[in-house]
Amino acid sequence: MTSETMTQTAEFDCRKAFAETLIALARADERIVAVCNDSVGSSNLKEFEAAFPDRLVNVGIAEQNMVGVGAGLANAGLVPFVCSASPFLTGRAMEQVKVDAAYNGYHMVLCGMSPGMAYGELGPTHHSIEDLAWMRAIHDLTILVPADPFQTAEAVRWAAAAAGPVFMRVGRFKVPAVSRESEGFVVGRADELRQGSDVTLVATGTLVSRALRAAEELAAEGISARVINVSSLAPLDRACLIRAARETRGIVTAEEGVPQGGLGGAVAEVLAEAHPARMRILGVDAFAPTGDAAFLLDHFGLNAAGIARAARELAA
Amino acid sequence: MAMPKAPGADPAAEPAAKSVAPMTPAALSEEARQVRRRILTTIRAAGLGHVGGDLSVTDILTTLFFSVLAIDPADPEKADRDRFILSKGHCAAALYTVLARRGFFAEEELDTFMQPLSRLNGHPNRRKVPGVEANTGPLGHGLPIAVGAAIGSGIRKLGFRAFCVLGDGELQEGSNWEAAMFAGHRKLSNLTAIVDRNGLQQGARTADTNDLSPLADKFTAFGWEVREVDGHDHAALLDVLSRPGDGKPVFVLARTVKGKGVSFIEDRVEWHHKVPSAGEVEAALKELA
Repeated sequence: MTSETMTQTAEFDCRKAFAETLIALARADERIVAVCNDSVGSSNLKEFEAAFPDRLVNVGIAEQNMVGVGAGLANAGLVPFVCSASPFLTGRAMEQVKVDAAYNGYHMVLCGMSPGMAYGELGPTHHSIEDLAWMRAIHDLTILVPADPFQTAEAVRWAAAAAGPVFMRVGRFKVPAVSRESEGFVVGRADELRQGSDVTLVATGTLVSRALRAAEELAAEGISARVINVSSLAPLDRACLIRAARETRGIVTAEEGVPQGGLGGAVAEVLAEAHPARMRILGVDAFAPTGDAAFLLDHFGLNAAGIARAARELAA
Repeated sequence: MAMPKAPGADPAAEPAAKSVAPMTPAALSEEARQVRRRILTTIRAAGLGHVGGDLSVTDILTTLFFSVLAIDPADPEKADRDRFILSKGHCAAALYTVLARRGFFAEEELDTFMQPLSRLNGHPNRRKVPGVEANTGPLGHGLPIAVGAAIGSGIRKLGFRAFCVLGDGELQEGSNWEAAMFAGHRKLSNLTAIVDRNGLQQGARTADTNDLSPLADKFTAFGWEVREVDGHDHAALLDVLSRPGDGKPVFVLARTVKGKGVSFIEDRVEWHHKVPSAGEVEAALKELA
């Protein structure tokens, strides 16, 4: 299996774009506050804290209280960005996300930092692979998975101006720029990054650049692969997915998460009703062994080779 | 105001006073009597409800809404209004009754309590019911939200106070202690938490389930000013609720009787969510005449 840690293009930790955008917004809008759980450093909030010491609420290691406090700040008319490592934000505080944020309908932005396999060697307790499936089960929650720094910055800007609760992943694992900035960032719209007529690769977050590389591999073999970046998991761009199911012979989904209930599940739900298609759903299908994030993504076949292999099965 | 015609309607009910001036303890006592009567008829009509906790918290809610909270039913979203959060959301009937009588919506609407498509759900919903600040129901959610609101009051320099009423059994939920520790740390003088300390939870006495004692010592240790009070004494409640904290959040340990005001309901575990029969409501209303 080929390791994909070596690339020719520059790669970025999306937390930087997140923090810079949040600070710029906060300078212009005094309603913006940050809430965290002893994660000033890991959530990249040190500069925010330095700039706005009274607008950073660090509740300590207490995620249920963190989300509840965020809801209370929203009740007071503020726009809280609640930042925590994604496994603890979504797992420990699940009921608070459901009730305090979503059911209350408060405008608050839940920022799942360092999601997926980002914590590598720290193991499955720290891997946030269930977050997308869990969050998808909750009504009235917008779910964003930016794939690169541009999309991260745009997602932060959109979320700050939204009317209701938002969950967004903020990636730590370094990724190249993949999005077409001229297309902007539209919540509810998937971005068709590459045209193709044989098979469709639908990816989110970290897996988008890998799907693009898989498409290049497939092209060399004469297989034309369409690549779709789903950065808005809810609402989902149904039309784009249905079109892909109609126009190609099968759909591969790839995500840095469990293969049940996340991106693959979302796509399958749409297509099962609207235009049944052959699918392969790639994800993290077991609690991971020890290894860094790059190793683990390779281990689970979440790389260009793994995506291309699944695509060949469908294109055959 | 026209009286409700629904089953269980109380012909002796009297409308709330229209005045927005804070009520005196004597007026609060009379208002609380009316609230209790309305709770009983509402639950009887719905065939559902948490009568024990509703009657337990009635005097606390009445004192807050008619004499303490800086709120305006004509402008329920006013930026600097005081925030009130009923963390023990299952006592929605008591909250709805007080909100209606305070003028947030028509009292007749109480007849729709828990009826299909009524906005008066078994647990309160801020998106539907004016005067409700937070959707509660699962226990242990209200205090963290009140803590956030109290901090937000300071950040926005709005000067409002945040109040939260909790059940005592509810304090077995760990999220309350996360919030209590943080409120003490932040020295939130504009936060007042009131525990409806009736000593009963759904299944048994708190002391026999997971004893909360010594509750005053626990909150003192967490950095709160503790004020113990008879939770059915309106003058005493008015005193402890009117004064914000002095460099600390305030914890009002309100000693209450579950089912207060109706002899055969008082302090009996089986009345957590038992629905009184027509005859029982009649007997109860006589006691509350």
